[in-house]
Amino acid sequence: MSLRTVEMALATPGLDREGRPIRVPVGAGRAAPGTYDDDFGAEHMLVNIGPQHPATHGVLRLVLEMEGETVKRCIPHLGYLHSGFEKLGEYRHYNQIIPLTDRTDYLSPMANNVGLALAVEKLMGLQITERCQVLRVIACEMSRIISHLVWLGTTGIDLGAFTPFLWSFQERERIYNLQEMWTGARLTTSLTRVGGLMADIPQGFEAGLREFTRTFPDTLREVDTMFTRNAIWIGRTQGVGVLSAEEATNHSLSGPMLRASGVDYDVRKDRPYLGYETYDFDVPIGEHGDIYDRYRIRLEEMWQANRILEQALDRLAGLAGAPINLDDPRVILPPKSRAMSDMEAMIFHFKQVMEGVKPPAGEAYMGIENPKGELGYYFVSDGTAKPVRWRIRPPSFINLSSLPRMCEGALLADVIAINASVDIVMGEVDR
Amino acid sequence: MTAVTSVSPSVPALRAEFGPAIERHLVSCGDTIVYASKARSHDVLGWLKDAPGQQYDYLTDVTAVEYRDSERPLEVVYQLRSLPRRADLRVKVALDKQETLEVRSVVDLWRGADWLEREAYDMFGIVFLGHPDLRRILMWETYAEGYPLRKDFPLRGHFSRAEQTRQALAANPEAHYSLEELSIADSFDELPPDMRERLARGERGFLK
Repeated sequence: MSLRTVEMALATPGLDREGRPIRVPVGAGRAAPGTYDDDFGAEHMLVNIGPQHPATHGVLRLVLEMEGETVKRCIPHLGYLHSGFEKLGEYRHYNQIIPLTDRTDYLSPMANNVGLALAVEKLMGLQITERCQVLRVIACEMSRIISHLVWLGTTGIDLGAFTPFLWSFQERERIYNLQEMWTGARLTTSLTRVGGLMADIPQGFEAGLREFTRTFPDTLREVDTMFTRNAIWIGRTQGVGVLSAEEATNHSLSGPMLRASGVDYDVRKDRPYLGYETYDFDVPIGEHGDIYDRYRIRLEEMWQANRILEQALDRLAGLAGAPINLDDPRVILPPKSRAMSDMEAMIFHFKQVMEGVKPPAGEAYMGIENPKGELGYYFVSDGTAKPVRWRIRPPSFINLSSLPRMCEGALLADVIAINASVDIVMGEVDR
Repeated sequence: MTAVTSVSPSVPALRAEFGPAIERHLVSCGDTIVYASKARSHDVLGWLKDAPGQQYDYLTDVTAVEYRDSERPLEVVYQLRSLPRRADLRVKVALDKQETLEVRSVVDLWRGADWLEREAYDMFGIVFLGHPDLRRILMWETYAEGYPLRKDFPLRGHFSRAEQTRQALAANPEAHYSLEELSIADSFDELPPDMRERLARGERGFLK
């Protein structure tokens, strides 16, 4: 008996004359109900996982058509966390959209903020200051580390390894403390503004981050020792959930998922933004496209992110006291002290708060390399202060769309591992 | 971010290949945008994917834009990328709102278009002809309020909160399953008789 499912059968919405759903289901032509051969004790059943299940990493619901322990088909159901962010964005000023981005991929809020600011700046043709660029690189790479740490810890738990979860969450806590120090929030950071940042880094931040980059590799080494040559880990991850390079490209995957399949594309290298081309870092590329390669890539990306953080800190030392915001009263609010004492500054303050930033009519797509993959923001403006259309290209959503393909013919226990390896955040999948 | 104002070299090639099917092109913020005619959109996209020298093998995104000006056609937007050439191109197909919103699906070219087209269908009501599994993805299958990202859809939805609650509480159990799941259960004789009777009467969804 073949364990592979037939081609993903196609659903046709609708009922036939007798009121039965139209689609011919997989296996219907092969055996009458109840007359299955039982090589594998192959009992047919539908298994429902989620939406409230820790292994689905949020409110994802998977309906699995099983034959014995083999998955014949996996049907994901989304939308439990749908908040209509794209619609909401059409009713808000550009700077007011930034808090919405915190809540999409809530494991890397600062990187989302940066992406949004970059998209609006592209739309307006603004060139941000050098210090702002360096600080945004720091924000992006801090986000990459915390996002990958969450992935590492939760995936370990899904596969039965508890200890790395504690290690990774301990490290994550240190970044969260720094994040809180900088933005005042642990999750809803709203760090950036169009043309600059909400705030400069506080005193003690640089020293704290320097200390983190010095000691963080210890944890990475421990995780490496614990996982990389661990027989159980290898047994559960190697050769599971394999996607070839062609499939990965054809499924529009991005980020570590794409690179694990051996496709060399990283937005930071290939369409550099924030001066990433001037940093010295490597992009790891996998060859097998399985869960193990995805693990190796995310682990290596944390090393590289740490390298970038060190370089960014070096640059920051040379930019002490440099401005973080553009000197342009049309996009940047004047300081509060000036707005309260200077007539002109007050007018600019009023106009900006009441009317918002106004990009010219046009449209722009800006993709950045987020921890999950390529996060794209696509804005269409008609010259008013609110976008006509704000589209998020959600990397988790698109990566997750390859899940049914990867689960075909896998075992039930592997579905958990495969789903974990995609690294989804339901806030972003459902938006 | 240097502002590139030059047109992508794919545009003259497209014009030479398809002539009037390429309606117009423009450059916005450095991105080249090409408008393809609705009738030949699939040919244009397939050619861009496979023709040597184009090789747009990666579909970054599929979405749609509706403008505030109600006269303006709705646009389906394809963000294409060539991984070997490291080049991007945006192809748009304008759909007149007076006609049915239909365009050929590109799932046969890029599997990644599957969920993206479902989302555009879910949010804008654009029918992608030839899509293997076109049903709502973020909203539930029996969602009856329309298409949320259309401009005539109010921010808080068409139904009142009370009506939304009433409908949720009055739903049949089968409303919570997709037709795909029901069809699987049906073929293995796992549907309860009362559920099957309701489906036979066409009553899937909400109790009246």
